Amino acid sequence: MAKLRQCAIYGKGGIGKSTTTQNLVAALAESGKKVMIVGCDPKADSTRLILHSKAQTTVMHLAAEAGSVEDLELEDVLSVGFGGVKCVESGGPEPGVGCAGRGVITAINFLEEEGAYDEDLDFVFYDVLGDVVCGGFAMPIRENKAQEIYIVCSGEMMAMYAANNIAKGIVKYANSGGVRLAGLICNSRNTDREDELIMALASRLGTTMIHFVPRHNVVQHAEIRRMTCVEYDPTHKQSDEYRALANKIVNNTNFVIPTPVEMEELEELLMEFGILEAEDESIVGKTAAELAA
Amino acid sequence: MAALTREESAALIAEVLEIYPEKAKKDRAKHLMINDTSLETSKKCITSNRKSLPGVMTMRGCAYAGSKGVVWGPIKDIISISHGPVGCGQYARAGRRNYYVGTTGVDAFCELNITSDFQERDIVFGGDKKLAKLIEEIEILFPLNKGISVQSECPIGLIGDDIEAVSKKAAAQIGKPVIPVRCEGFRGVSQSLGHHIANDSVRDWILSNRDGQAFETTPYDVAILGDYNIGGDAWASRILLEEMGLRVVAQWSGDGTLAEMENTPKVKLNLLHCYRSMNYISRHMEEKYGIPWMEYNFFGPTKIKESLRKIASFFDDKIKEGAERVIEKYTPMMDAVIAKYKPRLEGKKVMLYVGGLRPRHVVGAYEDLGMEVVGTGYEFAHNDDYDRTIKEMGDATLIYDDVTGYEFEEFVKACKPDLIGSGIKEKYVFHKMGIPFRQLHSWDYSGPYHGCDGFAIFAKDMDLTLNNPCWNMMKAPWDKAPVEAEQKAA
Repeated sequence: MAKLRQCAIYGKGGIGKSTTTQNLVAALAESGKKVMIVGCDPKADSTRLILHSKAQTTVMHLAAEAGSVEDLELEDVLSVGFGGVKCVESGGPEPGVGCAGRGVITAINFLEEEGAYDEDLDFVFYDVLGDVVCGGFAMPIRENKAQEIYIVCSGEMMAMYAANNIAKGIVKYANSGGVRLAGLICNSRNTDREDELIMALASRLGTTMIHFVPRHNVVQHAEIRRMTCVEYDPTHKQSDEYRALANKIVNNTNFVIPTPVEMEELEELLMEFGILEAEDESIVGKTAAELAA
Repeated sequence: MAALTREESAALIAEVLEIYPEKAKKDRAKHLMINDTSLETSKKCITSNRKSLPGVMTMRGCAYAGSKGVVWGPIKDIISISHGPVGCGQYARAGRRNYYVGTTGVDAFCELNITSDFQERDIVFGGDKKLAKLIEEIEILFPLNKGISVQSECPIGLIGDDIEAVSKKAAAQIGKPVIPVRCEGFRGVSQSLGHHIANDSVRDWILSNRDGQAFETTPYDVAILGDYNIGGDAWASRILLEEMGLRVVAQWSGDGTLAEMENTPKVKLNLLHCYRSMNYISRHMEEKYGIPWMEYNFFGPTKIKESLRKIASFFDDKIKEGAERVIEKYTPMMDAVIAKYKPRLEGKKVMLYVGGLRPRHVVGAYEDLGMEVVGTGYEFAHNDDYDRTIKEMGDATLIYDDVTGYEFEEFVKACKPDLIGSGIKEKYVFHKMGIPFRQLHSWDYSGPYHGCDGFAIFAKDMDLTLNNPCWNMMKAPWDKAPVEAEQKAA
């Protein structure tokens, strides 16, 4: 039996991490792989397409009800969905109170202690909150957790900034633990020369664009039904894209310590592709009235 | 006479610093000085109130300790919640021996540990709801409380709980002051910031509560600030003030009450014992209410006499005569104490390392007994404390700021004091070195040491410790030189 591979999916908020992860996992499950998804976001929307539910009851909410996390059993928090995919959501507080990062740490420790990472599993995917705002959200990439990181991005400026920042975070943990950048997943927004741009960014970061997922409405149609595209319409060409991504990940061996670029270099790249205008120093700090004068 | 000459002291400091790496050596050198009584300020010769170095053993506490443990905790009719995990409140419970009159759990609460006992879920989901519930429960269990303070432990600041909003709402519900105190332990370099934060919260939430309300005053109203009634210190002080004709309206905060604190802005003079922990509120009352404040020292007859006369100088002849009368009354008693103990203690050398006011305030009491303080230092002083210390200590004596465990031991080995006065963390190290030791934080479960009554106990305690026969039995019989053993046998 192959060794368990643990992967974490990062990327700018709203880029489509959860959708991409669940479709990818559905494709893996379809091909016979045993997979678990661990949602690491207080919104708890990382498993809804697999489970056809609004939001799974989370580890932290169950722990709060029971008194403490020690009072929980694994089966209380683990749900099984499409293709036998195991689903767990760490959960956390509503926005503006408490410490969501601590929730992620507590939940992952609980899963480890309770033996959720059993020997039958082939893959674990951590779907992490968009911004790694504190140590808690870096939990999935600490030692003995996820070894492979995939960054979901698109040809938009902020998504690429975010990808570069995540790469910086990986470098820190790559040096202390064994975590590696495994590739960029381009979730297309239909911007100009998007594939070339992401490939260029990937090569600057020392990795590759593992797959270019084109944009298609069928994904949204499936989502309305709380389903993955792979389950909703297995014959659709979009489902084949996710199968292709899944296959590439299964066969991926290109794991690197990323080489994040400086802000200037990133801006140069964006200018090269016409996403960013060359900076006009003469207008910096000038108000509209001053410019009109 | 210091234990060492100026040159010897300088050589000692240099030798002790030698073991440190370059950066630490440079830093620690700034915190050690040889006293020069001709100096006006300490600024050029000692640095204080700086972050302790990682890797050294520091005796310091945290901001929570300064606020909950020192300033807020002793107020007997206010319940101070240790808001956060259980340990901070439990390990600090009743440790300072702030005595009070009252029935614990009924109308006085200092010795209780009331905590929100944070669990993992409170960290993740926030503790605001729990705090609101806790305040509700306190009202049911302890209806005679006069107010509640919320003492923040570290996690409160880390997870950003809005204790101000909860306190405001709860105060309206229970009709009593509920005071949020942001004294998270990670703030500042020592407990000192906690004192300041606590003073500020008293200023903001308590001090002006009775502004404009009628209060029957006398021309002789004073308040005792910065006396925590450790072992009954404030009571022993209060006797002297009342006997000289003053009316003590408030005690801050040992055996103190909320009402006393609220009435303090009506007094004529604030008497400040622990400058470090309550100078902030004294200055505020001077600015806002025009109340003068003065520092006094009730350790040992010399300082007591000096202080009584200084206090009287703020008042009319009636009080001045009162001070003289008190001095006259107690002098024979003080003389008797000195006559009894001085012969047993004369010429003995003392080294101190404490906090607050004691590293300088107790010097006079030792001198009254013929003893000499050859080294002193503070855990969390600022330079205004050292300015005051220079004048109290002898020339060429050692002064050390935030001393490390290693430095203190080395200084003791070189100065060979007959007695050390410091805290529980130091006690057993020096006991094992065979040196008599008194805890000067908690008075070693004795006290009071303030006032005339206190001096008698102070003198007796020092004698009991220093002249205890156990210090001559430090060597096991089989380790003694055979000659010595034979002599004994013969």
